[in-house]
Amino acid sequence: MAKRTGIEVSIAVSEAVKLANTDVIAAYPITPQTHIVEHLAELVAQGELNAEYIPVESEHSAMSACLGSSAAGARTFTATAGQGLELMHEVVYVASSMRLPIVMAVANRALSGPLSVWGDHSDVMSVRDTGWIQIFVENGQEAVDNTICAFRMAEDSRVLLPVMVHLDGFHLSHMVEPIMMPDQKEVDEFLPPFNYPLPLDPSKPVTMGAFAPPIVFTEAKWAQEMNLEQSKDVILEVWKKFGDKFGRYYNPVECYRCDDCETLIMTMGSFSETAMMAIDKLREEGKKIGLFRIRLWRPFPFEEVRETVKNAKAIIVLDRAISLGMGGPVASELRNALYPLEKRPKIMGFVGGLGGRDITPTDFEKIIKRGLEIAAAGSNREFEIYGVRE
Amino acid sequence: MTNSEDKMTWKDVEIGCIVTKPGSATITQTGDWRSRRPTYDFSKCIKCAICQTYCPEGCIHQNEKGNYVADLFYCKGCGICAKECPKKVITMIEEKE
Ligand code: SF4
Ligand code: SF4
Repeated sequence: MAKRTGIEVSIAVSEAVKLANTDVIAAYPITPQTHIVEHLAELVAQGELNAEYIPVESEHSAMSACLGSSAAGARTFTATAGQGLELMHEVVYVASSMRLPIVMAVANRALSGPLSVWGDHSDVMSVRDTGWIQIFVENGQEAVDNTICAFRMAEDSRVLLPVMVHLDGFHLSHMVEPIMMPDQKEVDEFLPPFNYPLPLDPSKPVTMGAFAPPIVFTEAKWAQEMNLEQSKDVILEVWKKFGDKFGRYYNPVECYRCDDCETLIMTMGSFSETAMMAIDKLREEGKKIGLFRIRLWRPFPFEEVRETVKNAKAIIVLDRAISLGMGGPVASELRNALYPLEKRPKIMGFVGGLGGRDITPTDFEKIIKRGLEIAAAGSNREFEIYGVRE
Repeated sequence: MTNSEDKMTWKDVEIGCIVTKPGSATITQTGDWRSRRPTYDFSKCIKCAICQTYCPEGCIHQNEKGNYVADLFYCKGCGICAKECPKKVITMIEEKE
């Protein structure tokens, strides 16, 4: 039987990777992902996980080794963060275009410079367009559950795409939380063995990663786009099956006290739980404010987002990254998603919580207050930064 | 292009663009971007095979008379054979059509 354990979230992610019977882990340690790969190295060294652990010399090599092992038909995991994700950047695209179902945990971290090891979503935003399925988790339980789900989504023969599980560096990765760890038998029942349809096999040679001249490149890219868009059905199916078995259900867009709300706040990642506290307080004061979070970042859940906000007049977005010269990346994607609506809500973008800075429930209250002020004034300001000292 | 890729739709693309049949290079016409082609004065040829050795496409073969000639399906018109031939057998002329 599954039992509830007090455990550090990073360690719990490694334990989930072990429960998934992963065959190969190729990773390079980087703050704040370190505990995940450290613990996996221990599990392999102690013989608790029968896997190949490849201690590479850089993240570029980590992802390259993952390509090879996944192409050979091995269940493959890696983890990284911030600068590490940047160093593996070019190979991240190759994993999805080669349709290799690697699972990667990203302990989200700010990008240099100035140098920062603390958390925000800059690293996520730099890999938006890489063709991976991307899922945000908010607490340790979700990190464990979605790591297990990620393997099933990735390896489904209708999908065959890599999956990133985003968890906030430090704010989530280093928390000790009570987590229901599923037992091995349940995970074995849930997760079928990985059968890559065209693996590297000397008796049936194929060429992988070949050159595509202009005459086929467009077709190749469109095939990839169609594949990523269509993966959503399988993602929903896997979450449903997981929920039916384990009792915890996940959705592309998650709502908290959203019904009948004209004002919504939107976040991604672990700060959502802090926002809920602010929502509860404001609700007690009789203010009708709700919260929604995008869990499935890619493929982007257009329909679910439009459905969620259909009655909203104002949406306040907290972006934990800044697209310099443009504003908040999530707010701008939301504007893009809602533009076709006839009754478009006003969107107030805030950038905050950068490089590890806390956003407390009181901060959320201030952000909401300021957002409503801007909405009332009818300002078209693209975004504001929250909490900067003037 | 005369190879099958120009008929391929996005639905025909193998998973991850994997090439499942060997020898796909043999059906790829590399000669279609040629702007000059080699012509020959075989009376001067000593059959030394230097042109064949240097051709980066590997597309020069001996014909039934034993002369070394380029297969224009692959010849990309680089002119290396003409430059290397010790007997000046080969002259590059402009492709007109
Ligand atoms: S290099 Fe010149 S001489 Fe030698 S085989 Fe070729 S055409 Fe003839
Ligand atoms: S022109 Fe270049 S490609 Fe053509 S036969 Fe000569 S060496 Fe080969």
